[in-house]
Amino acid sequence: MSEHHHKETFITKYIFSQDHKMIAKQFLITGMFMAIIGMLMSAIFRVQLANPGESSILYNLLPGDWINEAGALNPDKYLALVTMHGTILVFWVLTAGLSGTFANFLIPLQIGARDMASGFINMLSYWFFFIATVILISSIYVQGGPASGGWTIYPPLSALPQAIPGSGTGMTLWLISITLFVVGSLLGGLNYIVTILNLRTIGMSMKRLPLTVWALLITAILGVLSFPVLLSCGLLLIFDRSFGTSFYLSDIIINGEMLHNVGGSPILFEHLFWFLGHPEVYIILLPALGIVSEVIAVNSRKPIFGYKAMVGALLLIAFLSFIVWGHHMFMTGMNPFLGSVFTFTTLLIAIPSAVKVFNYLATLWRANIRFTPAMLFAIGTVSAFITGGLTGLILGDSALDINVHDTYFVVGHFHIVMGLSAIYGMFAGVYHWFPKMYGRMMNKNLGYLHFWGTFICAYGVFFPMHFLGLAGLPRRYYTNSAFPMFDGLSDINSIITFFALTGAIIQAIFIFNFIYSLFKGPRATKNPWESTTLEWTTPVERIHGNWPGDLPVVTRWAYDYSKPGASADFIPQDVPLKEGEEEH
Amino acid sequence: MSNKENYGKPWEGGDKPYESSYGKLMMWFFLITDTLTFSAFLAAYGFSRFKFEDVWPIAEEVFTHFPFLHGEHPLLFVALMTFILIMSSVTMVLAVNFGHKMQKNKVILWLSLTIVGGIMFLGSQAWEWGHFIHGDKGGIETNTEYTIHIAEGEKLSSVYKLMDIDKYSDANENPFQYFALEDLTAEMKEGFDVQNIKSLIEKLEAKPEFNIRKANRIYLSNEESVNYIKENATKIVVGANLVDNEYGHRLFADYFFFITGFHGFHVFSGVVLLIIILINTIKGTYEKRGHYEMVEKVGLYWHFVDLVWVFVFTFFYLV
Repeated sequence: MSEHHHKETFITKYIFSQDHKMIAKQFLITGMFMAIIGMLMSAIFRVQLANPGESSILYNLLPGDWINEAGALNPDKYLALVTMHGTILVFWVLTAGLSGTFANFLIPLQIGARDMASGFINMLSYWFFFIATVILISSIYVQGGPASGGWTIYPPLSALPQAIPGSGTGMTLWLISITLFVVGSLLGGLNYIVTILNLRTIGMSMKRLPLTVWALLITAILGVLSFPVLLSCGLLLIFDRSFGTSFYLSDIIINGEMLHNVGGSPILFEHLFWFLGHPEVYIILLPALGIVSEVIAVNSRKPIFGYKAMVGALLLIAFLSFIVWGHHMFMTGMNPFLGSVFTFTTLLIAIPSAVKVFNYLATLWRANIRFTPAMLFAIGTVSAFITGGLTGLILGDSALDINVHDTYFVVGHFHIVMGLSAIYGMFAGVYHWFPKMYGRMMNKNLGYLHFWGTFICAYGVFFPMHFLGLAGLPRRYYTNSAFPMFDGLSDINSIITFFALTGAIIQAIFIFNFIYSLFKGPRATKNPWESTTLEWTTPVERIHGNWPGDLPVVTRWAYDYSKPGASADFIPQDVPLKEGEEEH
Repeated sequence: MSNKENYGKPWEGGDKPYESSYGKLMMWFFLITDTLTFSAFLAAYGFSRFKFEDVWPIAEEVFTHFPFLHGEHPLLFVALMTFILIMSSVTMVLAVNFGHKMQKNKVILWLSLTIVGGIMFLGSQAWEWGHFIHGDKGGIETNTEYTIHIAEGEKLSSVYKLMDIDKYSDANENPFQYFALEDLTAEMKEGFDVQNIKSLIEKLEAKPEFNIRKANRIYLSNEESVNYIKENATKIVVGANLVDNEYGHRLFADYFFFITGFHGFHVFSGVVLLIIILINTIKGTYEKRGHYEMVEKVGLYWHFVDLVWVFVFTFFYLV
């Protein structure tokens, strides 16, 4: 935190920057780039699912040896696409892209700090992430293709280099990449927590923190507690792959030859993996909910309903997320009693989730809503959270889960509750804070078009998947044409693919809007949304150190909207309390 | 950054609620992440160990040697290692303490002693690994995936004693270790194994005082032993590595190497950090800075590594 600023060169300003705002933008751009790749991958495998074994113009995007003579996608490369799509979206877009962007951008600005606690570690965090990104992308082009065992990389597919084509170099690179990714997120997470604890400005007590910061704090804590376990899990896997240990392997025969491995257990891998895997869901979701809390309060012109309950719900969700990992493993031969324990803890999460949803709806109730694009996406998050949450009750119950395990029902569920909710939250955040990031406004009408197109297409994709799943269609299959019982479902698959491709094209509106507004958007004013939080008290031109003079002093909470007796319908946090005025 | 209005109310903002700098807090949170990493390893170890509770090797039978001493001294050496590491924590505390008092020379003294302790620990670990890898009594692998051992009556004996081989003579290289010979094909190795087992059976038939102990620690009679070996034995295994393990279940060796290795890597990193701050102390960097907080931060890490060892020691050696 240097108070005196050096003259910055291009490299220290745009590349090896230690300024949290620039690092946030680096995360955002990298995340968007990876989102485009991940989305194109899904478009390609959706085309295969709609027209199994036929060629398509989209396949020209792929390396040549991924296509057979007939022009169709190779089955093992279908698996590679699904795996990489999952990895990229879960880790690169919704973990690093979402938390990395908004934690870096909002934490110092909203708590009134000049920068992160350690700008250097913050910079390292991004560059670890960047190297991980380069390695992951390069793994697409190695012999045998990238990792293909699913984003959950269960052994033995991931542990035996000779198992499938993608288990070779591609899998090794995947593991190296994710290890660097974990190091990067841990460095980031440590910084976020410490910054929020130590660098809040005068008067910014924990009770006055915007909910965004609360959500980002709890996300960082979740990451710090769960990513190390993924690291352990991956290190043991690397030893199994490369050094002949048997942690996850036992009694395996390949090509008639018995491998030497004895005693290991792939179930052990699943326990370790899902101990990360479930909190990871909330690492993805909570920042989105934090963003939504802010956007909904600002655009409802009302204080957020039940501030303390919101914080409590976040804490409860975070705590519960560590004791539910077994619900991913109901089908592993788990003791039914243990299964019922995990069912119980899983269903408990419905309580804090319902508290949050209720509070959002109560905030919207009878409000003077301003339907900005950010607001639409924020409401979209709440909507997707409800839709996906309801199927979560079905999957969380072991007796019901067993029937739809590993079917498209699961795919539909997690794409809506985690994918859509989080990506809507991310869109809401970008539309809302774009003026602060780049000093220009995004185009509103294109934003509306983007929202409604995305909203319709997303439901068009994921809603029918529930019916496919109930009909028994398994996920991750290259084609379902081999099974006569699924022939009647091929039309639904075509509809899903239609919506998926349309939805992908609609994202081009957003990309266009983003780039166009970057250069040609109307200049933003200091506080375009008439918001109370501290980031809008900084000058429009972005300076190192955030505030030109002294740091603001906070005297009120973040939600003084439409306060009775006040002249304006919002009072920024740094406006002193008037004589006799009570704090909310 | 602190201000008078908020004096005594650090959570109200503008102050450090834990009265710690950001660097120290970050070290604490880093240690939490590392705790989770080690916990995952130890949980995985527990998971595997309970799966094979009956046949898991007993540490008192595995770690019995002490440098330059003959005979069996169960866990004596690892006790010494633990003592060294704990003492290095004590010297670290003293270094931090004199850092608070800004006594440069005493900081240098106690930091140096801490480094010596760390290096001694690493050296001891290297010796113990060497001994573990080299092997002690030898074992016999079976097609039931468990390892059995040679005994005399109700007491563990060794393959070497049964086969009349002097383990420590340099004259003939260990006869059971063919991996030193590079050009062996898989078939030749198998032939080697079959030959070894054959001579083992001959010796066992010739010496009625010898018998075997099964993996679940049940002793068989000489006659039963011969039959058991004829039916199940696949090869004689000496020493331990990531694939074979003479002491018992292979996962024991896998986890031993992995977890003590990971801990050793932490100790090594700690020694490197200590050397760096020792150099800085000698150069007077912290004196100029006005505080020895860096020593304190590395001290936190060092105590953590020490604490982790207490758990590793407990779970691998004691219980």
